[in-house]
Amino acid sequence: MTETDLRTHAVDVHEQFSDRLNITVDEVYDRLDTLVNEYKVPTTEARRSVINTYLDEAGMEREELSGGGGNEQKAIVDIDREEEWIDLTAKVVELWEPRSDAVAQVGLLGDETGTVKFTKWSKSDLPELEEGGVYELNNVVTDEYQGRYSVKLNRTTTIEALDEDIEVGDDAVEIEGALVDIQSGSGLIKRCPVEDCTRVLQNGRCSEHGEVDGEFDLRIKGVIDDGESVHEVIFNREATEELTGITLEKAQEMAMDALDTSVVADQMHEKILGRYYSITGPTLGRYVLANEFEEQGGPADAEAILIKARSM
Amino acid sequence: MSSTPTREIARRVFAQEFNDATYTFKESDDDRAPVYVLLPTGQRANRVFVVGTLTETDDVGEEAEYWQGRIVDPNGDTFFTYAGQYQPDAASMLRDLEPPEYVAVVGKPRTYETDDGNVNVSIRPESITAVDETTRDRWVVETAERTLERIQAFETETPDEYVQMAREEYDLPVENYRRSAVSALGKLQETAPSAD
Repeated sequence: MTETDLRTHAVDVHEQFSDRLNITVDEVYDRLDTLVNEYKVPTTEARRSVINTYLDEAGMEREELSGGGGNEQKAIVDIDREEEWIDLTAKVVELWEPRSDAVAQVGLLGDETGTVKFTKWSKSDLPELEEGGVYELNNVVTDEYQGRYSVKLNRTTTIEALDEDIEVGDDAVEIEGALVDIQSGSGLIKRCPVEDCTRVLQNGRCSEHGEVDGEFDLRIKGVIDDGESVHEVIFNREATEELTGITLEKAQEMAMDALDTSVVADQMHEKILGRYYSITGPTLGRYVLANEFEEQGGPADAEAILIKARSM
Repeated sequence: MSSTPTREIARRVFAQEFNDATYTFKESDDDRAPVYVLLPTGQRANRVFVVGTLTETDDVGEEAEYWQGRIVDPNGDTFFTYAGQYQPDAASMLRDLEPPEYVAVVGKPRTYETDDGNVNVSIRPESITAVDETTRDRWVVETAERTLERIQAFETETPDEYVQMAREEYDLPVENYRRSAVSALGKLQETAPSAD
């Protein structure tokens, strides 16, 4: 066993524990060297023994250990546990602005089965991911916050760019029920014009960029309720125009005539509140994005319910 | 989910059962804790969604405007709703609407004890909108379905706490509410087909 080979193993093992233990490559090397060159233990066994020692020291289970393959290749939709080390093949669907210096990149990964948020730590010193790029990501760890899963790219993660494309599944949900509320911030709104900001202005102010000359937009934040569960729904401009028949242009005229933007939301209330809709779209945080929707026009099946009622 | 409390589900209930729901309670001692009425079929309700025929509106206020609306379900039973200065949108709807008209109401159940000791149950509206007959018909079918589901849950051998509470607080046979579901659906079928 050459010194270089042992050193490679030492770097490898060190890498796996560097997050958890304050050890140096030299210390790892010394342990390996003793086992291999003094006690004539085979390298694989020596490595195994050293890793076990460090696992004990770190109070970790072998499953938590990164690297060396052995992880399960997971479909995004199957992510259902936290602190699980997995491999993903995924496309970077979106990159978001990191809110903290500790985060190098944050955004959305997608595969055929759905999407998941990812975070890449600055200190992990990993290569830059590009939006639209497809990557083989080995050794990412899952996390959970308020019932939603995400993955963290860490120091042990390996990233390999693939020359292929993935058609990302939209993990859309379908909901039905009555529109029982239209929340504030609906109707004719203004958004911050700063590139990539698009925050909704409150009294002409952006929470990030201060007083700005906003750009008009339409949206509805509504609540769909079927008597058993509630869902918050967002209609973007296009969906709002189709749902209410009020275009952005018309909304601006209405607001101009009334010298008040709230007339737009008032008219929207009258047109859509209390009606039944079915809505299909992906979920984003607590909202369902109304990509497709339909007012439920036809009469519901009274006969089936009547039969049930009479049989009780 | 978020730091805001979970939004209360709008329960579906016919007027007969709603008007029988005279028992109210809170889940905690906190002053701001939501008040629930207990539906006699054994479910708590802090919000309801009702679609029916607005048959009459009346300003019953003495000094300030205080609008009463009567909303009738297919059985002819009446929901009462009241809107004053704190429900300006709903009040102005009641002022402007000309009965008869189908309306959808989202609101909070409120109880009021009269001088003779009766408890009246009414709706304090969050919103009132005029809707079409299709929406009303859909509500009737949906409300019948939800009512039957509650009755089934009421009659199981392992009832939940609200069913147990209903059994203790009320002496009202749930069979009444099954009948009102059947009769509401029957009324729909008499008037059908409305689609042209």
